[in-house]
Amino acid sequence: MKRRSLLVVIGAISVMALVASACSNDSSSTGGSTDSASAGAVDCSTAPGCVTVAAGEPIQIGTLLSITGDTKNLGLDSQYGATLALDYLDGTFDGTQGQVAGHDVTMVNEDDGCSADGGQKGATTLAANPQIVGVIGTSCSSASLGVADKILGEKGIVTISPSATNPALTTEGTHQPYYFRTAHNDRIQAAVVSDFALQKLSATTGATIHDESPYTQGLTDGFKANFEAGGGQITSEDAIGSADKDFKSLLTRIAQNAPSVIYAPDFNPACALIAKQKATTSGLENTTLLGSDGCSDATYTDIAGPAADGVYLSGPDLTAFSGGDFYKSEFVPAYVDQYGSQPLSVFHAHAFDAMNILVNAIEATAVTNDDGSLTINRVALRDAVQNTTDYQGVIGTLTCTPAGDCATSVTIGVYKVPDVGFLDPAAKPVFTETKTLDQVK
Amino acid sequence: MSNEEGEVQAEVASDQRLGRFERLPVRRIVLTLLTVTIVVAVGGGIFKTLTLTGVDHLGWTFWANLLVIGLALGSVYALIALGYTLVYGILRMINFAHGEIFMAGAFGSFFFAAAYAKSGFLNAHPWLALAILFLVAMGVSTGIAVLLERVAYRPLRNAPRLVPLITAIGASLFLQNSFQGFFGSQTRGYPRPSLLDGTIKLGRVSFDKIDPVVIATAIVVMIGLQFFVKRTKTGKAMRAVAQDREIASLMGIDVDRVVVTTFVLGGMLAGIAGVLYALTFGQVGATMGFLPGIAAFTAAVLGGIGSVPGAAIGGLILGVAESVGPYLLLSGINVPSPFELKGVITFSILVLVLIFRPGGILGTGEAEKV
Repeated sequence: MKRRSLLVVIGAISVMALVASACSNDSSSTGGSTDSASAGAVDCSTAPGCVTVAAGEPIQIGTLLSITGDTKNLGLDSQYGATLALDYLDGTFDGTQGQVAGHDVTMVNEDDGCSADGGQKGATTLAANPQIVGVIGTSCSSASLGVADKILGEKGIVTISPSATNPALTTEGTHQPYYFRTAHNDRIQAAVVSDFALQKLSATTGATIHDESPYTQGLTDGFKANFEAGGGQITSEDAIGSADKDFKSLLTRIAQNAPSVIYAPDFNPACALIAKQKATTSGLENTTLLGSDGCSDATYTDIAGPAADGVYLSGPDLTAFSGGDFYKSEFVPAYVDQYGSQPLSVFHAHAFDAMNILVNAIEATAVTNDDGSLTINRVALRDAVQNTTDYQGVIGTLTCTPAGDCATSVTIGVYKVPDVGFLDPAAKPVFTETKTLDQVK
Repeated sequence: MSNEEGEVQAEVASDQRLGRFERLPVRRIVLTLLTVTIVVAVGGGIFKTLTLTGVDHLGWTFWANLLVIGLALGSVYALIALGYTLVYGILRMINFAHGEIFMAGAFGSFFFAAAYAKSGFLNAHPWLALAILFLVAMGVSTGIAVLLERVAYRPLRNAPRLVPLITAIGASLFLQNSFQGFFGSQTRGYPRPSLLDGTIKLGRVSFDKIDPVVIATAIVVMIGLQFFVKRTKTGKAMRAVAQDREIASLMGIDVDRVVVTTFVLGGMLAGIAGVLYALTFGQVGATMGFLPGIAAFTAAVLGGIGSVPGAAIGGLILGVAESVGPYLLLSGINVPSPFELKGVITFSILVLVLIFRPGGILGTGEAEKV
């Protein structure tokens, strides 16, 4: 009898919880509508139509970043950068947001899970919301490539990624028309890492380890092509699963060839675990480990600890930002002040610029109607983003190409752990090189 | 009686009338063909790998290295597998939450390890610190195992066998998600005392220092367990309950107490395995129990589920197969990145063992339906 009454109570509570959650869903979906007929001066008859923001309602901008799990530092860092951009709309970092075209802006944050799966889920959620004007995302190339870029593009939602660097995303044939990025193209990054290995480390042989994801494979393929063109020899190309923890047998196998360098541009924790386990693998004492910006977040040093000292990581050169003074004296202090830590990764400034490009395009295309509502034509918005020319961003001067790359000339730095940009934005890279997209065709 | 004998004689007579090949059952033909194919493929692969020359040549130090790595990994698998096998032996139930019990122990000790590393205690008194880490891990794992038994399994002890199995899967997800909710979903680095860091040289082969430590610890623990099960009164009670629960309870054995003891043993082994695993691979995380849990379950089935030495042997075979297998079989035939195919090798071994010995290597020889 006692047990039965307990069951009844549990049942009642769960029913109440269900009702409550259903109610909250209802109340959150008020706001304007995407009714093309209501927009007076703007032509919304052609697909994908317009977004109409009712008077007094905020403009909704989505983010699709890797904000949970092992790569959460990568995504949160970008999310903070994008939020700071909204904060700075009024000219100061004061914790209160400025307005866009007379409206407030709210961010709708989804998780890209740093995987095609996560990109699919997050993009579908965002695409189902007709009020989303544009999206800052994704963090990882795997979440974008053929997944989020396609799903959001089909709805005419402009997407600007701060950190997805795979070359295919902006290669004709695989590029989606609504997709842009402020992140560098890995054609450049792979070439710089290879130059560093050949010139500075005098490497003659190299091994690569990728994890089958587009980001890592794009880098190891690019590294191989450049390294071999420069006279180096690739001794092995291995692949791991992104969930693998045990790399001891793989590293022991690689040690048989004792290559000058191992290039393992994977994500954490794999990247950090490779560094940790490489340190105790016999035969690799004279082999230098190289990684890239997928490794470059606070998780890396948390996991690898002192074992990673001496590893080289490539990434955007934070000290070469053309907006360097603003970055050092205002942006980073505001970041530290509002989020209580040094930047978690290296793409916060890219996200800041991405949000600003999107906001500027909204300002340029949004039309205020007589009733105070706002109409934004999606095609016009996309064109405005693509017409971004010589925009003076924090990371540099940005000009968006039809293929989607907004950073056409990029300075990549190679850092020696522990003097890395994600621990100290003032850390000096040991090697830098500036390349334009035209140089690495 | 005579009737039966007559039937048997009739059968024999009909057998003699058939031709030699007609008597061969289809199953036997398939198995023979399979054996021949496997022997040729495996033998060919190994032969080609071992006769590689020039830059591709793989010396004996390489194989010795891989063997030690595999034995260390196998020792951890074996310790987890013992937890599966002990519970199965007593309750005829697969405790699928055992991987999470292993995770909980490693995770629990992580907080102490991280604090000790920060304060310098870990390097100043490494043995004392390690002892505390093992005790904490064993405590956490045992606590969760016993709680699980009391809350999730005991009420279902007489339910159909599928019910506790589903409960175990539910418990596994519950634990994994709770740890994710409480402590975050990211992987964390597990510190290693500097005493165990680096490599040691044994002749021309050098290993990671932790590997022999893991192997030695596992051997000591397994000998202790074998002693406990075979020589103590509680061990005798466990074996009695494993043979027949009802008769054992009629003989005056407190079955509930024996079951709890079993879960305590399994939890302690999982806790030890958790610390060894975390020290070896330098990380803990809420999802870390899943893959080793599956691998250890495989090891338990491979060795013959319910058999204590079987779990140990199964674990070691699996660990060695995982580290040595891909390179030994695939290097010679130019398969790119053999490392990625380690799962294929280990699970092929499982399937093959189950085809030829359905009960596992040391099992009773009969198939168990799970």
